[in-house]
Amino acid sequence: MATQTPTRPHGSPDSRAPRARLAWVVLRNAWRSLTSMRTALILLFLLAVAALPGALLPQRSLNQTLVDSYFTQYPWLAPTLDRLGFFDVFASPWFAAIYLLLMISLVGCVLPRAWEHLKGLRQRPVAVPTNLARLPHHDEFTLDMDADEAATRIRTRLKGWRRTETATTFSAEKGYLREAGNLVFHLSLIGLLLGFAAGKLYGYEGQVIVQAGGGQFCNTGILGYDSFRAGLRVDGTNLDPFCVKVDSFTADYLANGQAQSFDAAIGYQTRADLDAGVTTWRPFPLAVNNPLRLDGSRVYLQGNGYAPRFTVTFPDGQKRTGQTQWNTVDPTTMLAQGTQKFARPGVTDEAQRKLTGLAITGIFAPTSSGGKVITSVFPDLRDPEVAVDVLRGDLGLDDGRGQSIFQVDQSKIDSGALKRVARVNLVPGQSTTLDDGTVVTFDGVQRWVNLQVSHDPGQDYVLAFAILLLLGLFSSLTIRRRRFWARLTPITGDDGVKRTVVEIGGLARTDRAGYGEEFDRLRADLAKKDD
Amino acid sequence: MVLTDLALYSDRLYMAAVAVYVLAMVLHGVEYAAERASKQVLVGAGGPDVEVEEAPARPRSERYGRMAVSLTVLGVGLHLVSIVLRGLAAERWPLGNMYEFTSAITLAAMVTWIVMLRRTPSMRPVGMFVLFPVVVLLFLGGTVLYAPAQPVMPALQSYWLVIHVTTISIASGLLLVPGVASLLFLLRRSGKLPEFAAKLPSADVLDRLAYRVTIIGFPLYTFAVIAGAIWAEAAWGRFWGWDPKETVAFVAWVVYAAYLHARATAGWRAERAAWINVLGFAVMIFNLFFINMVVAGLHSYAGLPG
Ligand code: HEM
Repeated sequence: MATQTPTRPHGSPDSRAPRARLAWVVLRNAWRSLTSMRTALILLFLLAVAALPGALLPQRSLNQTLVDSYFTQYPWLAPTLDRLGFFDVFASPWFAAIYLLLMISLVGCVLPRAWEHLKGLRQRPVAVPTNLARLPHHDEFTLDMDADEAATRIRTRLKGWRRTETATTFSAEKGYLREAGNLVFHLSLIGLLLGFAAGKLYGYEGQVIVQAGGGQFCNTGILGYDSFRAGLRVDGTNLDPFCVKVDSFTADYLANGQAQSFDAAIGYQTRADLDAGVTTWRPFPLAVNNPLRLDGSRVYLQGNGYAPRFTVTFPDGQKRTGQTQWNTVDPTTMLAQGTQKFARPGVTDEAQRKLTGLAITGIFAPTSSGGKVITSVFPDLRDPEVAVDVLRGDLGLDDGRGQSIFQVDQSKIDSGALKRVARVNLVPGQSTTLDDGTVVTFDGVQRWVNLQVSHDPGQDYVLAFAILLLLGLFSSLTIRRRRFWARLTPITGDDGVKRTVVEIGGLARTDRAGYGEEFDRLRADLAKKDD
Repeated sequence: MVLTDLALYSDRLYMAAVAVYVLAMVLHGVEYAAERASKQVLVGAGGPDVEVEEAPARPRSERYGRMAVSLTVLGVGLHLVSIVLRGLAAERWPLGNMYEFTSAITLAAMVTWIVMLRRTPSMRPVGMFVLFPVVVLLFLGGTVLYAPAQPVMPALQSYWLVIHVTTISIASGLLLVPGVASLLFLLRRSGKLPEFAAKLPSADVLDRLAYRVTIIGFPLYTFAVIAGAIWAEAAWGRFWGWDPKETVAFVAWVVYAAYLHARATAGWRAERAAWINVLGFAVMIFNLFFINMVVAGLHSYAGLPG
């Protein structure tokens, strides 16, 4: 056996052997202490403590803005915390070190136990101890029957127990499923972690805003998304292709403004549809709690908002209509903020373009408070109104830099390249005329939805292991491993009647919380007078 | 309207249940005090007149104890009906905000307590100590956390809500009892307040109570967390995202796993295991209150007023 100390061959003057032996001993001891219960316990504690900052400090993976404001609030502390990984706890090396050590400890602990358990299944229950009276459960009584009858009675009572017997003794054991459950539980933990890791490696999550009333989205590449979080092994070239079209969106609110339901009627085309050149859309009622589940990907309805539509009629009669989603700044009243940008049609000269760009920027209230300075008082579309500034000049669209769709380039305003030419409040259908005769009309508003596409190839495995884990846990905690012994001593009384003295003993093997009641029942059953 | 009537009755029954629990707690306190009187005589005087002194005192504490238990059962009845009416008034499963969670958790704790008491009647002196945190929680629920009966937001409209939140509440209520038992166990073993602690059941009985309830509460809690993950997958697009609430649920789960390990580790079986069990319940409460009220996350739609 590997654990035995190797003995050096007699008389061999090998100087390396002791060192190798020392290394072996050190290694062996390290392994033993890593796989001991105490280490497991300490690692569990460390895991709990290490996870806590993940709940108490803002986390990048959840909310970058909160992390940023933590930096401005605690400028002396935040950089240190950041270097130590406290804003990405669950991706930090120290958190990984703890759970990996725990998993190694678990494997080292559980595999030998599984082996022992398998061997134990083939072994016979332990022989009767000499002194049954020293067991935690013990009793002795006399039956009015001979030893054979008494043995038959015990045999029938011990149905379902694993047992062996000699002429006068019984050894029985029950509850092997406890250990099996324990092993299944611990091994499932490893499976669950592997499934989780697979999801992190090969999964992705992307968000995209699509306008209701026919807006479409196809899952063909990362660029189609507004934001995208890729797993470590995802480069975006192999997305599962499908398309979605948002036909309409409806939201219901209570009188107090609390949302009651969100529903989007969508159509979709699967990979197979696209391959086959199908042009019709399969309808689906997308709602919160009701994602569209396609092969390998899921589509969720995550958010919604408003996209005001404006039409600009230029002095030469040319018209341009634009509709861009505005950003919801207050989710309870759905007050939105945004910008609609127009380049004057037909102007190709760059210098001219820099003078004639138009931007309509401001706020939108689905239910306006009315008055000069408006705000929103209700999230639904009851009394829509916009309060906007119309700016003219250089929008910076030709600068080659990316721009936010929600804002104009502030530096252009500061430098005077973009000037305000009007400030108005408009309700749908209203328009305003600028100094050069350009007419800006607020046509109305469309809703947009925020869709999330999730792909996680590990999650089915995680679920399967979670169920196994639960079954293992249940059987391991509810089943008790217990042993039972009986010794029969035939006696013949003075009256010539054959009797049998039965001595019984019991021992619960694994936990302290009682086998007493069951033992007492067994005892009462065996000692019963009639039969 | 009929529904607002139902809501009103529900609130009144809630208050009535709290009042009855408080009364039961007081009676348990009197029972405790009465029993002390008898034992003081026993310790102090000794000799033959002990029996004379003890005879009238014992039945008295016994009587108060029985009354306390009857009142507790009555309180549980009122409490249960209050929750049912609440669900009818809001026309949904009555677990949609912190007031309702607190109500459900405390009901589960009281039912657990009554079941344990039926099995082990000698546990009765513990009643006062179980009722105390329950009354405190109910008081906080009825004041700070109170929210009127209303429908819930779309993310909460799912049958997984019913499964997840119901099992979490029951598991939390179950785990309250071991938390109290382990604390009393520690008191008993520490040798502090000997006069006070001597009326408690033996350390062994307390320890067994803690363990027995934990091994029911823990798997149920595990199931509830898994159900929550299934719901999160349908509602938020991922089954686990280390949201603060999820993180602390994980921490609590690990602490209870540590408790079960400690019970099987030499040198950790007794006091240390009990401390871990108390810590486990502290984390559960921390998750319910601190995380809901202070740390914002996806779970923070607990329906707090204001
Ligand atoms: C991720 C880490 C672990 C978790 C969450 C965990 C959890 C648990 C739980 C909940 C139990 C009680 C239920 C049962 O008996 O099946 C348990 C029991 C047990 N665990 Fe673990 N465990 C972990 C790692 C380990 C490791 C590393 C070892 C080995 C050193 C180990 C050894 C045991 C043993 C021997 C028992 C049986 C205790 C008894 O018989 O009462 N576990 N574990």
